[in-house]
Amino acid sequence: MIQLGIRDLVKYPFLAETGEYLRDKGFNLEQLGHPDWKPIVEKAYGRIVVATTGQIYGSAIEDFENMDSEILSFVIAIVLLKSAGIPTLIKRFSLSEARRAERYLQRDLLQKKNETKLELPLKIMQDLFSVKVMTKEEDFVISVSDYLKRAVQFHEKEWKLINRRVENGFVFLTAHETVRLIRKELDGYINSKIQAVNIPSIPETFRERVSDLSLLAKKFSEYVTVSSDYPPCIKHAIEVLDRGENLPHSGRFMLASYLLSKGQTTDQIAPLFKNAPDYNERVTRYQLDHIAGSSGKGTKYSCPSCNKLKSENLCFEIPECSGIINPIQFGKKRTANA
Amino acid sequence: MLEKNVKLVNDAFKEYYFKHFELIHVPTRTSEREFGYQKFNDGMTRHLSIKDDKELHLLLMTQVPSDVYCSNAYYSFPNLPISEKDWKGADLIFDIDAKDLKLDCRTSHICCKCNSCQNIVKQGINCSVCGSTKLETISVPCKNCMSESKKEVTRLLEILTEDFGIQKEEIQVYFSGNEGFHVYVVNSDYQTLDSRERADLADYIMFNGIIPETLGMNKQNNSKSALPDVNERGWRGRVAKEIFGSKSKRAKIGQEILSGGYSVFQAKLEDWRPKIGVKIDPKVTMDIHRIFRLVGSLNSKSGLSKIMCKDLENFDPFSDACLLDDEKVEIIANCPISFKLKNKKYGPYEKEKITVPKYAAVYMICKGIADIN
Repeated sequence: MIQLGIRDLVKYPFLAETGEYLRDKGFNLEQLGHPDWKPIVEKAYGRIVVATTGQIYGSAIEDFENMDSEILSFVIAIVLLKSAGIPTLIKRFSLSEARRAERYLQRDLLQKKNETKLELPLKIMQDLFSVKVMTKEEDFVISVSDYLKRAVQFHEKEWKLINRRVENGFVFLTAHETVRLIRKELDGYINSKIQAVNIPSIPETFRERVSDLSLLAKKFSEYVTVSSDYPPCIKHAIEVLDRGENLPHSGRFMLASYLLSKGQTTDQIAPLFKNAPDYNERVTRYQLDHIAGSSGKGTKYSCPSCNKLKSENLCFEIPECSGIINPIQFGKKRTANA
Repeated sequence: MLEKNVKLVNDAFKEYYFKHFELIHVPTRTSEREFGYQKFNDGMTRHLSIKDDKELHLLLMTQVPSDVYCSNAYYSFPNLPISEKDWKGADLIFDIDAKDLKLDCRTSHICCKCNSCQNIVKQGINCSVCGSTKLETISVPCKNCMSESKKEVTRLLEILTEDFGIQKEEIQVYFSGNEGFHVYVVNSDYQTLDSRERADLADYIMFNGIIPETLGMNKQNNSKSALPDVNERGWRGRVAKEIFGSKSKRAKIGQEILSGGYSVFQAKLEDWRPKIGVKIDPKVTMDIHRIFRLVGSLNSKSGLSKIMCKDLENFDPFSDACLLDDEKVEIIANCPISFKLKNKKYGPYEKEKITVPKYAAVYMICKGIADIN
């Protein structure tokens, strides 16, 4: 059993121990509504604002005087966010807080010579995310399966297993990579904690900042512009069929599911396959209807991801593909209205 | 398959199943698996549950399937439709097939059968009799196909044990019954991987997607010391062995690589991929709902059995998996390729009436290059 200090709670305020600590200290929501605590409400609001701009809220960890206010600002931020009930703000906040915790986890991991310091970050990863991290030589190692379950979420090539040192069932990682790997789970965990919080009513002194959050959220609506160009994988598939060459089943599935997701009908798509060496109109229509979900069990199939297409040798990446993870995103440009 | 051929093959399969119950067992965790089967000239029956060996043997006797399958996946409700099965995990399976190895020998042992007039031609894009373009490729694998496939299996086993830490006892190698091998990994750590995760694992094995940085080369500055060493483990070590061959060549070849620069190295990696990556079929590994040929059952593409290879090096599929009986059968063979079964050479035959052991007759009929007389 690890004894957590107040500094640990400042670093990782989402841990269950925070609640115990605040209860022991006698804090409650009613009391925090007193005007004397207004600066903490402001601090909490500031913490949310920082998060929404994509930055990471920095705590003065060494400042012993303000430890309680650091912890409280996290808790009050959650109260404000819950009261405003705006999913995009909660999402941005939990991601930013995850990245903040990530920094501390990394810092703690780097103290690996000091085994007691290493205990907490390893325990957090084991208890919260069921990842057993061990040290080996200068690095950290996790099992191949634990690695794959997380790393496939990343689209940068360096996260592919082939670009990792893999030995005896373990993947070698730096402290930074270890914590980066669990960012999404950390984010999900903090998010779920926020979702689980139940706030019956909030103190009057919080109300102003809650309505400010609604104004803040308005900044984040997005405009999406769409180009009509097909991605290179789809163009390639159409060209292959045009030439009367054989397109593998997986390529046909990709083409059909892509065009269906772009709103084309099976009637519009079926003629594309006419040149295929084994073309059979009845079979083509049956399969298209199946992919569209209008026959069979009614499951509508979505276009395979870029990763999957790469594995199937159906990807013909060009620079414009950068940042997309599925062909259907090709040509979409997001501009934040901020 | 022609009805007259079906009768012979069906009877041979039934006899095999009756005589070889000892080879055909339900796999472990039976009640969590999905079973399926096909009959000659009939569709697939899937989503079946089988309780035990007795029930399986009863199915073999009553249905006489051309092919029997079982899922690598474990489900709560294996006999419900896919979306309701409740997937719990699946053994990791790799498929190595001679036809995917791009072997030089292949052209010497394939022929084409016209789907319109059944004529058999050695090669071509049109039928020499009716001119149809609907030709089906028939492959009669040779010894080289099998030895090259075995080499791939051996390289796969090295990665599985050394890189992935899978114990030898957790790996089973099977001859697929036709042109390749199935490698099963029964290890709880890997059972819960989903399709995407298995795809990345497959890419690792195939040497797909490696970037020069992994091997110590980047766009900014490079040094020979960052290049891999032959003593390293994993892909770095394997690539080092490939590039340098020996330690003494390291300095010279290292210099060549560094002077070529990043993009040259990147292109080289792409060139090496087919040579050093293990040629598994990624689609098979990625598929977590697939049903695989049941161990001990016959493959309707050949009449050979899917059996475990206990001693891979000395395993000879054309003898060890050829388990039908040797009663003489008269057939008309139209087989432009010669092949060996049980150390006896057969063919080539040009529409010849011949008398051969049943296993050879079934082999040719299953391949589509002979008919019962």
